[in-house]
Amino acid sequence: MFAVATAAVLVTMGLALVRAALGPTVFDRILALNMFGTKTVLLIAVMGFLTGRPDFLDLAIVYALMNFIGVIAVLRFSKYGHFADPDREEVT
Amino acid sequence: MSSTVDLEVQTVTALLLTLLCVTALAVVRMRNLWAAVMLMGIYSFLGASWMLLLDAPDVAFTEAAVGAGISTILALATLALTTTRSKQPARSQAGPLAIVTVTGAVLMYGTVDMPRFGDPEAPASTYPHPSYVERTEHDIHIPNVVTAVLGSYRGYDTLGETVVIFTAGISVLLLLQGSRRRTRDEGGGESP
Repeated sequence: MFAVATAAVLVTMGLALVRAALGPTVFDRILALNMFGTKTVLLIAVMGFLTGRPDFLDLAIVYALMNFIGVIAVLRFSKYGHFADPDREEVT
Repeated sequence: MSSTVDLEVQTVTALLLTLLCVTALAVVRMRNLWAAVMLMGIYSFLGASWMLLLDAPDVAFTEAAVGAGISTILALATLALTTTRSKQPARSQAGPLAIVTVTGAVLMYGTVDMPRFGDPEAPASTYPHPSYVERTEHDIHIPNVVTAVLGSYRGYDTLGETVVIFTAGISVLLLLQGSRRRTRDEGGGESP
């Protein structure tokens, strides 16, 4: 059962990779990156149960958090073109 | 049962490495640099998953944080200052390709001498003292010996490293903040 789940996650990883490579828009690629991070979290969890040692589930949670923050940063950057506070820039 | 699981883990490892190669080739072929940065993030996630399968969670975590997190942002910040299209290389790529191939072959030749994965007779498993391997489960209550050494046996050392990196980051932020405030004051804006 876990083997089938692993195979499904790997196939989805491949599809996300294809989307990231083909594009065509910026947001296709950002979505593919975000999706790939989520699949990494799932792969860590499934592999933990497949090998009978689900000790690294905490690590999967931290990956999920970091993926979220990273995608927020990339989206913010693609919208403003920099990381400065947009309100503060208006004051200057 | 155990050998079936071993086979499955090996299959997953092989598939992950295949995806890794495909991603690397896609990064090299890509002329749109924004897409290349996204693919590099995917490459880091793949590398981190692979390292986790090799029971190296600390390295895997560093790879995910630095590779997929910070490097992606730094590369995007660089793209904002330059351009997002790379030019077609004017010269032939045969020389660099030969150098990369030779270096890769030498590295692969180097792995031939290395002990098998998980070998209990390997120097890394026998040298410091095998009692670490025996005591960790009882002392620290976590199954990964390397993580136990990093986080507990030499925890103060790790804490010191973290403090140094944190201080460096704070200093850089303070310097950048100071220079920005100065330019604003010179421009005649109201001082905060």
